[in-house]
Amino acid sequence: MSEDLVNIEVDGRPLKARKGQMLIQATDAAGIYVPRFCYHEKLSVAANCRMCLVEVEKAPKPLPACATPVAEGMKAFTRSPRAIAAQKATMEFLLINHPLDCPICDQGGECELQDLAQGFGSSVSRFTERKRVVKDKNLGPLISTDMTRCIHCTRCVRFTAEIAGKQELGTTGRGEDMEIGTWIERSVDHELSGNVIDLCPVGALNSKPFRHRGRSWEMTQHELVSPHDGIGSNLYGHVLRGQLMRVVPRPNEEINETWISDRDRFSYEGVYSADRLRAPMLRRGGQWQEVSWEDALTAAAQGLKDAVARDGASSLGVIGTPGATLEELYLLARLARGLGCANVDTRLRQLDFRGQDADPAVPGLGMALGDVDGLDALLVVGSHLRHEAPILAHRVRKAATRNRARVSFVNPARYEWLFPVANEIGCGAEGMLGELAGLLKAAAEAKGVPLPANVAALASGATTSAAHRDVVASLAGEGRRAVLLGALAMRHPAWADLRDAAAALAELTGATLSLLPEGANAAGAALAGALPHRGPAGEAVAAGLHTVAMLSKALPAYLLFGGVEPEADTLVPESLAALRGARFVVAATPYATETLKSYAHVLLPIGTFAETSGTYVNVEGRWQSFAGCVRPVGEARPGWKVLRVLGNLLDVDGFDYDSSEQVREELRARPPVAPAPAGVREAGGGAGGAVADMALYEGDAIVRRALSLQQTRDAGRAAAQG
Amino acid sequence: MSELLSEHTRHEIDHWLAKFPPDRRRSAVIAALRAAQHQNSGYLTTELMDAVAGYIGLPPVQVYEVASFYSMFETKPVGRIHVSVCTNISCMLCGSQAIVEAVEKHLGIKTGESTPDGKFFLKREEECLAACNNAPMMMVDHVYYENLTPEKAVQALDSVE
Repeated sequence: MSEDLVNIEVDGRPLKARKGQMLIQATDAAGIYVPRFCYHEKLSVAANCRMCLVEVEKAPKPLPACATPVAEGMKAFTRSPRAIAAQKATMEFLLINHPLDCPICDQGGECELQDLAQGFGSSVSRFTERKRVVKDKNLGPLISTDMTRCIHCTRCVRFTAEIAGKQELGTTGRGEDMEIGTWIERSVDHELSGNVIDLCPVGALNSKPFRHRGRSWEMTQHELVSPHDGIGSNLYGHVLRGQLMRVVPRPNEEINETWISDRDRFSYEGVYSADRLRAPMLRRGGQWQEVSWEDALTAAAQGLKDAVARDGASSLGVIGTPGATLEELYLLARLARGLGCANVDTRLRQLDFRGQDADPAVPGLGMALGDVDGLDALLVVGSHLRHEAPILAHRVRKAATRNRARVSFVNPARYEWLFPVANEIGCGAEGMLGELAGLLKAAAEAKGVPLPANVAALASGATTSAAHRDVVASLAGEGRRAVLLGALAMRHPAWADLRDAAAALAELTGATLSLLPEGANAAGAALAGALPHRGPAGEAVAAGLHTVAMLSKALPAYLLFGGVEPEADTLVPESLAALRGARFVVAATPYATETLKSYAHVLLPIGTFAETSGTYVNVEGRWQSFAGCVRPVGEARPGWKVLRVLGNLLDVDGFDYDSSEQVREELRARPPVAPAPAGVREAGGGAGGAVADMALYEGDAIVRRALSLQQTRDAGRAAAQG
Repeated sequence: MSELLSEHTRHEIDHWLAKFPPDRRRSAVIAALRAAQHQNSGYLTTELMDAVAGYIGLPPVQVYEVASFYSMFETKPVGRIHVSVCTNISCMLCGSQAIVEAVEKHLGIKTGESTPDGKFFLKREEECLAACNNAPMMMVDHVYYENLTPEKAVQALDSVE
């Protein structure tokens, strides 16, 4: 595509640039630094800070590099006396009203204005008048404001309008009175809003929970992966004196770009919640006592052994969280099966397991996250995308706005989508299957083929609407197309039927079938064999009991792993009664609530995502390992180590690992096997009933304890439960 | 929300919306705010701005931005009749200071204030209104009064209702 390239010269260096590119993109690509505040590669060009002024040959004045398109033969000078003079003059103006409060500013040390003032600022101010003062705004519990520091770059405004899709911030007033804010006092609520903290080049917008807690240069930076959704957003954990102080994005263009959700950014507060379990505990004669690890593990092993000896291996129920690491879940499943117990599950909120034999070996999108941007048509069945996976919702928004993808929804309720929606079929939980039947019939009619046998009875009597035909036309059209099933579908009482119908629809139209299961590591859980019907790497095994079966009628013994709180994490109303009726319950958990203490017998404190090494497998099937960034609180230990010792005490073979990497490599050596074709199951006949809608910040134990997130409007029922 | 807007205001907004392409509805926001302010005797409330935002289909903050930017929009309660005395260079050279003083004395208020009966609002600043040829001048509710003397200014104020 050489005809699309132009030749330019910057500081005497010949460069090639794409036609239509701005000069600053060409210099960035070539590693030539041009100072800037308002320009950001992910946002539109504002050209209002004027910091990137450079000299361009034949131009009468210095030009802003961010808003100057390259042209054939252009000669630019970023360091010429004229360019430097212009940049210094801009800096002088910017500093006129900027307070000299760097020593008490959280941005100090990581401030773009501070950095550039070192290079371009004058040591003496010629400004002797009064500086302007701007009242701070209350933008809610996540973002702190010091608006006097604002230099009006409008990155935050453009972020809310262009990336979030809902302009919550604006520039009000004029001239000296111009301010960034919401005008009327209101919080900024979008699920990605915390990114304005990173975008703000000065200390005007900062993290409220982190305010005055540490200086950037005192902290060490460690790589983490998000524990909350299947996207696997890349994070940095910043650690001060052995404590995780804050979480910021680790740019990864293939996954989260430069963004992270507020859930990923602020959930670290949950790591240090007041109810963290700091030492192993035993219940002796109705009293909880702190004991040594040795005593606790011995008691746990003995209790499990006794239960198996007394009531048989099938008397034990093993439930893990899909937010645990691949290594932990692999060991958990092996431990259960080593005891002869097939009752192991991580699908906490699933209610309908009739179709589980047809589950893929690794549930996922069936495409890379980056491919979502390029979708041409998408049908979302049962997903509140913005709550379930904010980064995926952002990518779908990109597809809908920039790629003009036709995005349609079949959901139990209508939600606020911040992008153009082709068809939104809000039909109530009980209507979802009927709508899919209508879509199937429309697809079969459009293709002129008979309905697949397993859905024929379901769809033959269905009525089709114009919306159905329109969705089918988009799904059967050109380009990249997908049918995505989300958590609302998976929590549906007739999930198996919905899945079969959606799969048939994808098959008929040629679209990709995508799954978006709950939990950071649902794909890893399936790979690890932490499912009752699948062993490691998707190997088919004689099925044990699933979550609902384990919790709806009391088993004699339970092993709960990873902070599973059945009253909040499962949809089984009898779960607490079942646990309280059990003779022996051991919980390996970061948290010990009074509820947990009311039914457990042994509590083993384990580390959270930030306190263990491990691996998450995201919905692309991407393995991402991390080393953990802090030691677990108190006596807590990484979960995989606890399971390893427990495995040794229970005499399960092959539990002599020295590191989580060994565990991972053992599993990695087994390529996933595709499931054997399941017998044809006739769709339909599933139970009716409502679908549990989760609030944004109640999905897992960590986020439920993140106090700042619980003060947001989206905290929902979790906060109401206190 | 849009029921806050009177039939006349909605009609006026529709008239302006029709002048712009369907994907450029934001272009009508100034005209819409002017109609809404007129409906509300000279100033905008947050509710009215939200109603305009809802009617045009904009995020409310984009309407606040416009309303707070332009000097012809008032976002706090003010008098019904807006009086602006030009004090830019031509009018200043021709004696606008005396006009301002006469108006202030006659109304019993300072610039930026409204009369207690809510009739007059004397705007704090007005940039050049392009009537330099007949300076000094003032504008009373969009009507120009030119070649002013202090007496003529007071007469003009007495003549408006």
